[in-house]
Amino acid sequence: MTSFIPTRALAQTFAWIPRGLALGVLAFVIFGPLTNLGLWAVAEKWYFPHTLPLQYGFSFWERVFAPRSNAMASLATSVTIALLTVAACLAVSVPAGYALARLRLPWRGAILLAFLLPQAFPSVAVYINVAHIFYTLGLNGTVAGVVLVHTVHGLVFSVWITAAAFGAVDRSLEEAARDMGAGPLRSFFGITLPLAAPGVMASSIFVFLESLDEFTGTYFVGVPDISTLPLLMFNAGMGGNFQIAAITALILLVPSVGFMLVIERFLKADVLAKVGH
Amino acid sequence: MPTEAAGRPATLPRSRGGDGAPALPAARIVPDWLWGVLLVMPALAMVALFFLYPLGLSAVSAFQGRDGGWTLANVVKAFELYSLDMAFTLAIVLLSSALVAVLSVAIGGYLTLGENRLAVTLLRWLYRWPLFIPFIVAAQMMRSFLAKNGLMNNLLIGSGVIEPLQAASLLDWRGVVVTFVWKQTPFVALMVAGAMASLDRSTIEAARDLGAGRLRILGEIVVPQIRPTLTVGLILSFVTMLSVMSVPMMINPNSPTMITVDMAYRINAHGDYGVANALGFVSYAMAGLVGWFYLRHGVRQGGAR
Repeated sequence: MTSFIPTRALAQTFAWIPRGLALGVLAFVIFGPLTNLGLWAVAEKWYFPHTLPLQYGFSFWERVFAPRSNAMASLATSVTIALLTVAACLAVSVPAGYALARLRLPWRGAILLAFLLPQAFPSVAVYINVAHIFYTLGLNGTVAGVVLVHTVHGLVFSVWITAAAFGAVDRSLEEAARDMGAGPLRSFFGITLPLAAPGVMASSIFVFLESLDEFTGTYFVGVPDISTLPLLMFNAGMGGNFQIAAITALILLVPSVGFMLVIERFLKADVLAKVGH
Repeated sequence: MPTEAAGRPATLPRSRGGDGAPALPAARIVPDWLWGVLLVMPALAMVALFFLYPLGLSAVSAFQGRDGGWTLANVVKAFELYSLDMAFTLAIVLLSSALVAVLSVAIGGYLTLGENRLAVTLLRWLYRWPLFIPFIVAAQMMRSFLAKNGLMNNLLIGSGVIEPLQAASLLDWRGVVVTFVWKQTPFVALMVAGAMASLDRSTIEAARDLGAGRLRILGEIVVPQIRPTLTVGLILSFVTMLSVMSVPMMINPNSPTMITVDMAYRINAHGDYGVANALGFVSYAMAGLVGWFYLRHGVRQGGAR
């Protein structure tokens, strides 16, 4: 008995060796590339064979944040497109999500699957043809054209998560409201929508980020006039201007990482478990 | 009016008892399912107009010549020029999906079954970082991180793990796989961990009381129950990886490369919609294969319930 407790304590200490090693490797794999990006953002001079930048500074930041720079214009375009995309997605997916969660629908499974299709098919060939069609309609190179493409792409998030959020709302609360004489619209706006609001919010943030980060569709449909941040970053990175690319990337990361830190406040396990069912 | 009265009995038996309370007359005239269809219609119309129509167009134009007649020339040419790239694409996406599956089950499993609270908290904080990092940012990051003179090799040389001469660029198929796995694992792991968290713990506790090890509990009790979630997550990432153009374009632009890069090249350099659409058709076939697998799986699931 006397030797049992130290052995167990020892075993617990030694259990930290594989655990710590695994977590350390994971941390390196995850933060290595991020650190690399951060270093490029503040590097004035960095070339082989130096492990770290030779000179640090913010002259590239001044170029990016100059009021009339390409980056600021792209940021404005990106945010405008993302907000319009969220509005368009919400307008069609709140009714659709409610119907999928609550009403008896013929071919419900097929309808759910239809919203997955834009993500369930490789999109490059579709975008090529969307661009072809939009060209004849005069929608190529316009904000409206890009918003339409992003909306269709984002629908799976907004419809599926909205439906899951409505589905997670306790039905008996709605029935109680209906029994007390509230109409369907009143019980929806008074009970169902407020209770499902965190899920609807989460779906909107997904759509916003999806639109903010979208590259392929914008690449084909946005040419030649629409330049969003991802396109700017792509051109800078391919052109070998790693500093500009890194700074643009960091601007794109701020909303994404910010959301990651709070996602579980919006997307509860009960909603998450219902997504796609 | 008579038609309305005739329509009512048909809808009544299907409605639940609570609906017997007086409701708005309009809700009675329009049957329940029609409301549903009306509410879903705008969203479905978006998908039909801006996705299904161009999709159909691309499938059709894959088999049309420049004169509009039916031909297999595009497909033949696509296979002649790019059959290596097609195999390359499929191999990369399958390998990445397999790695994502293993890693996400491992992460989700440790989060659910891990006994050390500190380690679980650390892992929970750690694994999600790449989740919302856009593909294009991940691609740019890896492009500078995995290069021959990138930070990874610099650090490995600096810490004495490898010799300077051993430093190799990973900017080929390996870089693409690394980027895909890096980016997609947290997504699938988040879904898997969520499903695992909402499992009924009693079977796990029972197995634990009977002396089953954690690996066995994970493999025989937890994973079978969350398999639908895992499958959906893997299919979504499979197709995502199949569609992402920025990663292969930035990390592995030279041949052999992924067919997304080839499609963009056919359009930008040659204006060749025929071959580009034929390549698109091949990518649909790959995604369709996975979709068929999912539907079969879903039907089997439904039958089991």
